[in-house]
Amino acid sequence: MSFPFFPASGSAMATQVDRLFLFLVALTIVVHLIVFGPMIFFLFKYRESKKVDRSPLKFSTLKVELVWIIIPLILVMAVFAWGSHLYVNLQEPPKEAIEVNVVGKQWMWKIQHPEGNREINELHVPVGSVVKLVMTSQDVIHSFFLPVFRIKQDVLPGRYTTEWFQATKVGSYHLFCAEYCGTMHSHMIGRVHVMEPKDYEDWLREGEPTEPLVQSGQKLFQELGCSGCHSMQSQFHAPLLEGIFGRPVPLEEGRMVMADEKYIRDSILLPQLQIAAGYPNIMPSFEGRLSEEEIFQLVAYIKNLSPKKAKSGKGKP
Amino acid sequence: MNAAQEFNFSIEATKNYLNVNYSVKSWLFTRDHKRIGLLYLFSIIFFFFIAAMAAALMRLELLTPEGDLVLADTYNKLFTIHGVLMVWFFLIPSIPATLGNFVIPLMLGARDVAFPRINLLSWYLFIFGGGVTLYSIIIGGVDTGWTFYTPYSSAYSNSYVVMMVVGVFVAGFSSILTGLNFIVTIHKMRAPGLTWMRLPLFIWSMYATSLILVLATPVLAITLFLIALERLWQVGIFNPALGGDPILFQHLFWFYSHPAVYIMILPGMGVVSELIACFSRKQIFGYTFVAFSSLAIAVLGFLVWGHHMFVSGQSVYAGMIFSLLSFLVAIPSAVKVFNWTATLYRGSISLKTPMIYALGFIGLFTLGGMTGIFLATLGVDVHVTDTYFVIAHFHYIMVGGMVLAFMGGLHYWWPKITGRLYPEKMGQLSALITFIGFNLTFFPQFIAGYLGMPRRYHAYAAEFQIYNVLSTAGASILGVGYVLPIFYFLWSLWFGKKASMNPWDARGLEWQTASPPSQYNFEQTPIVTEQTHAYPLLTSEKTLRKVMHVR
Repeated sequence: MSFPFFPASGSAMATQVDRLFLFLVALTIVVHLIVFGPMIFFLFKYRESKKVDRSPLKFSTLKVELVWIIIPLILVMAVFAWGSHLYVNLQEPPKEAIEVNVVGKQWMWKIQHPEGNREINELHVPVGSVVKLVMTSQDVIHSFFLPVFRIKQDVLPGRYTTEWFQATKVGSYHLFCAEYCGTMHSHMIGRVHVMEPKDYEDWLREGEPTEPLVQSGQKLFQELGCSGCHSMQSQFHAPLLEGIFGRPVPLEEGRMVMADEKYIRDSILLPQLQIAAGYPNIMPSFEGRLSEEEIFQLVAYIKNLSPKKAKSGKGKP
Repeated sequence: MNAAQEFNFSIEATKNYLNVNYSVKSWLFTRDHKRIGLLYLFSIIFFFFIAAMAAALMRLELLTPEGDLVLADTYNKLFTIHGVLMVWFFLIPSIPATLGNFVIPLMLGARDVAFPRINLLSWYLFIFGGGVTLYSIIIGGVDTGWTFYTPYSSAYSNSYVVMMVVGVFVAGFSSILTGLNFIVTIHKMRAPGLTWMRLPLFIWSMYATSLILVLATPVLAITLFLIALERLWQVGIFNPALGGDPILFQHLFWFYSHPAVYIMILPGMGVVSELIACFSRKQIFGYTFVAFSSLAIAVLGFLVWGHHMFVSGQSVYAGMIFSLLSFLVAIPSAVKVFNWTATLYRGSISLKTPMIYALGFIGLFTLGGMTGIFLATLGVDVHVTDTYFVIAHFHYIMVGGMVLAFMGGLHYWWPKITGRLYPEKMGQLSALITFIGFNLTFFPQFIAGYLGMPRRYHAYAAEFQIYNVLSTAGASILGVGYVLPIFYFLWSLWFGKKASMNPWDARGLEWQTASPPSQYNFEQTPIVTEQTHAYPLLTSEKTLRKVMHVR
């Protein structure tokens, strides 16, 4: 039985979280000394058998109370600011990121890379690159937990959530599901493999030939008949999707909505929910006809129609 | 006292609330708050031991990384049993419904609570809810965990979720009624002269607790009702496949369940204030601050539920606001700890059993509270939430805090409740064993948690094993600390020394009546002329004795 004391640290974020954690540990020790030092001293000095001065106090308790209200208040506000700073960083991935799609289901992680490579319960990433995970669940709530990077994010059905990391150390580390998701919850585990960029490229080329997400998305787009309406030549009046990603879209009801992954997903599954201004309400719902993976492919294709905003990662288009 | 009164007294002295009548019916239909307190005491101890057995089985399972003792499904049902019974059928009713029921009217100088029949009704609701919950366990159990997160609980779990939810739902009404009863009792039934600023701190904490019980519990009831609605009739509330929102449940659930943490800890703080005052023979330092900190905790406790959801996908801004508010709750909690420590200064301290429990409470609550700071800190919480770090944290608060305070209070008022003294040395020993066993059980879980061991894992990565072995070893010591008092308490009923009216030389109206009290508590309504804990400031134990006897 080994006696590990601290988890491996595999990203700049992990180092920062550890620093704040250790600060809090130090603070805890100091507070304990401040509370229990005097307490133990009093317990000995003022035992009922001891002859000591027990005359009433002569100082104002109000001042004392204010001291131990204001000092802790300042301290915790500082900790709040520090912690929030890290949290905001965790929520905002740098622009250039490899986008990996993750689908959680009872009880496995299905992962697809932009180049099309699929894996289950394994995640291969290159060291040094920013990797952004776009995640959704097929059934219940799961949580994608990578202790080595000190990150965790719930994976929800019907929504996209994201988390990101930039690995600094080659190696193979734990991947856990951290939100209780049913009978085999504790077996919904895997590994994240951080590789040298060259090894990663080799890994991408190995195995079965794959098709990049954008290409699969394009095929689907045609097979499902989307191109019948969403094109210049179409006789039906449907919004053009070129350049739409990342831009605000005016809705019939007067509101504006940002065309992000969630908007595109919702437009495919729940088209009646948000009608683009100036277009008839004719889009059929694809709910139940598409798997989460297929929706990811369509989203990847539509994103790619906006060349400026396209973030298909490295290598192949 | 004239001769007639004296004669009356000698007859009355042998008649108390316990022996005034003996029939089973007289207990089951009693409207005496003291008897109802005892009914609750037996009930919660029964539920505690079932829940503790589930915990013991889980700790045995976790001795090895492989899930080799019980099946995964069984393990999941065990932690659900443990969570549901401990939270709703032990921790929440423990101090309020047992000690609170017993001592609140006594402390106020009242004959009973404001609504004695409603008090009895709330015990029946509690037992009915507990019965339904146990039935759901017997016929097959529930595997959702005590948090019932959707859509797992409402659409995917194939266990008896609706039945268990009904049990908890009914028990919730018991909470609401108890809270209402206490609020009215505290407002309307105080003895003449017992002004708000003279109230014992236990009453202040029970008042704050009752406010939470009344305001938060209905939200739980609604939430549980909505789960049943979705499960039985596929009404889309939480399941996105039906058009629902999976996060909505978490908001509703924690809107109750975070304040519920204060339902568990505030009464404990009240008990500890009584104990510290009594066994250092001093009024609590900064009485007003301690009293109002209870209310501050109750109010702020309603505003921080979102700190359970920092990685749920809620917005960054929501996360930051909930974090900020969570830090604010730390302040009134810190005020209490500092004031308790300061009370010892120039006190006259005796380390009787209840005092050891109270000091243990302060120790464990302080570490529990400080680790709460870790969890309120956004960047750190992302890593430690849903790991054993959280498990360790809330057990420090809820078990280390609540259970130690409950044990301390039970020892303190035992002579009043039963009229018998327990063996002091045994009491001190069990308090020490509990403290040591507790720390050995839960401290290693902080380390396992930071290493990344997720909670609710039936099998786990081998590197976490050492901490689980330590934890299981600690749990067996803790078990001894829990069982020991049962034996010497039972022993004391037959062989314990008879307790005087006020065996601790404590202040407070509950000590100014017989032990055990007569059916209607006081011969005459007492009149209060000073603060409850205004222990005389003394220079030596000798003067103390003199003053107490003169009084």
